[in-house]
Amino acid sequence: MIAEALIVSAILFVIGVVGVLTRRNAIILFMCAELMLNAVNLSFVALAKLHNVTGQVFVVMVMCIAAAEAAVGLAIVISVFRHFGTVNLSELRTLRG
Amino acid sequence: MMPILFAALQDAAVTAPAPALRAGLTVPLVLLVLLPLLGFVINGAIALAGPDSVLRRGGTDSTTARNPVVTVVGPGVLLASFAVAVSIFLKMRSLGAGAAGPLDAPLVVTFARWMPVGNLAIDWSLQLDQLSILMALVITGIGSLIHLFSIGYMRDDASYARYFAYLNLFVAFMLVLVLGGSYPVMFVGWEGVGLASYLLIGFWFGEKANVEAGKKAFVVNRVGDFGFLVAMFLIWVTTQQLDYVGAHAALGAMAGSPVVLAIALFLFLGCAGKSAQLPLYIWLPDAMAGPTPVSALIHAATMVTAGVYLVARAAPIFAGAPEASLVVTAVGALTAVFAATIALRQWDIKKVLAYSTVSQLGYMFMAVGSGAYTAGVFHLVTHAFFKALLFLGAGSVIHAMHHAYHQTHRRDDPQDLRNMGGLAKFMPATAVAMTLATLAIAGVPPLSGFFSKDEILSSLFARAQGSPLASASLLGIPGHTVLYAAYGLGVLTALLTAVYMTRMLMLTFGGSNRTGEAEQGALHEAPGIMTAPVLVLALLTVIGGWLNLPALIPIGPVGTLDAWLAPVTGASAARLGGTAHLDHNTELLLVGIAVVVGLVGILFGVLRYRAPIADKAHSPEDTGLLANAYRVDGMVDALIVRPFRGLADVILGRGVETGIDRAFSAGGTMLIRTAAFMGEKLQDGDVGKYAWMLAAGALALIAALTLS
Repeated sequence: MIAEALIVSAILFVIGVVGVLTRRNAIILFMCAELMLNAVNLSFVALAKLHNVTGQVFVVMVMCIAAAEAAVGLAIVISVFRHFGTVNLSELRTLRG
Repeated sequence: MMPILFAALQDAAVTAPAPALRAGLTVPLVLLVLLPLLGFVINGAIALAGPDSVLRRGGTDSTTARNPVVTVVGPGVLLASFAVAVSIFLKMRSLGAGAAGPLDAPLVVTFARWMPVGNLAIDWSLQLDQLSILMALVITGIGSLIHLFSIGYMRDDASYARYFAYLNLFVAFMLVLVLGGSYPVMFVGWEGVGLASYLLIGFWFGEKANVEAGKKAFVVNRVGDFGFLVAMFLIWVTTQQLDYVGAHAALGAMAGSPVVLAIALFLFLGCAGKSAQLPLYIWLPDAMAGPTPVSALIHAATMVTAGVYLVARAAPIFAGAPEASLVVTAVGALTAVFAATIALRQWDIKKVLAYSTVSQLGYMFMAVGSGAYTAGVFHLVTHAFFKALLFLGAGSVIHAMHHAYHQTHRRDDPQDLRNMGGLAKFMPATAVAMTLATLAIAGVPPLSGFFSKDEILSSLFARAQGSPLASASLLGIPGHTVLYAAYGLGVLTALLTAVYMTRMLMLTFGGSNRTGEAEQGALHEAPGIMTAPVLVLALLTVIGGWLNLPALIPIGPVGTLDAWLAPVTGASAARLGGTAHLDHNTELLLVGIAVVVGLVGILFGVLRYRAPIADKAHSPEDTGLLANAYRVDGMVDALIVRPFRGLADVILGRGVETGIDRAFSAGGTMLIRTAAFMGEKLQDGDVGKYAWMLAAGALALIAALTLS
């Protein structure tokens, strides 16, 4: 049971990583990051069953931080869109050296 | 501080003579050296704090520059030092200077270990003996007079305190030079006086020529110092000792060996540099760029005689190498006549005296080279008297000329003989004193120069007739030939000396005045503080010969200096000179020749330079060979300076500048630019690329953690 959960978690995580690396839309990137977080959450829960309850406590904490991050992150994305008229990261290269 | 120091001195290791003697002499010996050093510290501090300080910028009101403390301290420490020297001398005299007396061996006082390296142990030590105290007396005595003279001469100079600081420093180092108990300690003084000389030649460093002259003196002296250093290395390698007593004993036992010859020759190279002998004399005429009292003290009376002192000090080494002694004699004789010819046609009053000094130093080397150490030292002392007098007198003249031109705002050369003439009317005391000195240097009896010069010539002749030195040979030339030739050149030099000195005197004081109508009113005798030392020196010039009267002319105690120096140089003199002795008639003949030559020279000079000449502005430039000193400076420039500069240009200019500089400066920028280019590519603003790098980094980290 735990093994299956960890495999699903790994698949989810890799989907998130590949999404972050390949996609250029800020919103999608954002969602992929959330996917990675949740993949980690899943493995936390699964491993908590094996060891002790600390893993479950961490999941709650990760969800809190993910919520906060989503709030801030989406706000940034919105203001980026207002400023540049796009959320395509390939076009946001004002900081290049 | 001082009581502790003196307490330490009481315990200082002292070798030889009676304990009672050392207790009384150790403290004065240290005071002798420390007093001028103290003066340097005080005057130096005032100079640094004063308005003329090199630490401050901007002009200064020259009338406020003169600090009364400096006026007291500068000459004061010298007078005190002289008093100490006199007290030491009197004490030594009261102990009896004769052979087998308590002063038969030198008093060596060791204060501290200086360089203990392996079995090399060099100490800070002073050596008191008849020769070193004589030199100390001359240095502090004449030094005092010249310090007093300087009060007047430098009165209006903005750098009054700095001047006295340097002068005090010079005397301190000169005393270290003559009182040092070993070659390295002497070398400290040797280099120290070189430094002081450099500082004082370039004293008025506002003008580039003065700085160049100082640099020239320093660089040329380096060549000589190289010889001194090599000689010290050889002494060390050969004997494992560097103090006079030990090294001389060891080297004396090896007399005649090639290494002793090498040591003597290298030592003489050092002497030739410091004492301005061929071919290293070229710095001395340029050294006249310094203030005139400096020329009197350093470049006539004391520092330049250090070479003569060194040969006399190292007499046991030179006595063990007759060939080297012949070299010294030959170089001295050639220098004497060479410089005397140049002096015949110099127009700068100080240049005449400078070449005269070189020539007279040659005389001294003739003497010490032939083993007549007393004669050489005797001439050193009398020369110090009359040449210091001549320079100070010239200083008074230049002072008067300078003020005359200053008052009428005319820009002309106050040192050129063509601008002088008839000055006897304006400055009678100076004229009388300088006439006396001229007669002395020309060898007119019974002035001091007559006795010392005659002793040199007659001892050369006596040694040429038959002595161990005459039996030696130099590059196949028999010793007696060298000595006879030296005697001949000596007589010729005496003639030339009489001519050029009379010429200088006639052009300065005789005839009618050429300074200018308006300037004549401003010409006046120097102030008392300047004429008094000149007159004291005039007295010494007259009576100096009594130091060492020949048996031939017993108008007083005979051979005082001979007896005094016998414990130091007597044995070495005997080794070179044997029992060389002149019979009565020959001696009379030699004296006669010397006197006649001197008088003929003076007569010729008076007749030849009586005619009026034009002043400098109305004279064509003198392009004669003699007026330009055989163009030696040009030759040195073409043969040494310019090739050297060219070489430096190739190595430093092309090699270092374009090679190393480019490698480091241009190469450095290339490196940084490349790194910057790569860094720029790394952060081009593409967030996706950052993400890839992040992932790659994370993977690498995981891989590293799992694999380890």
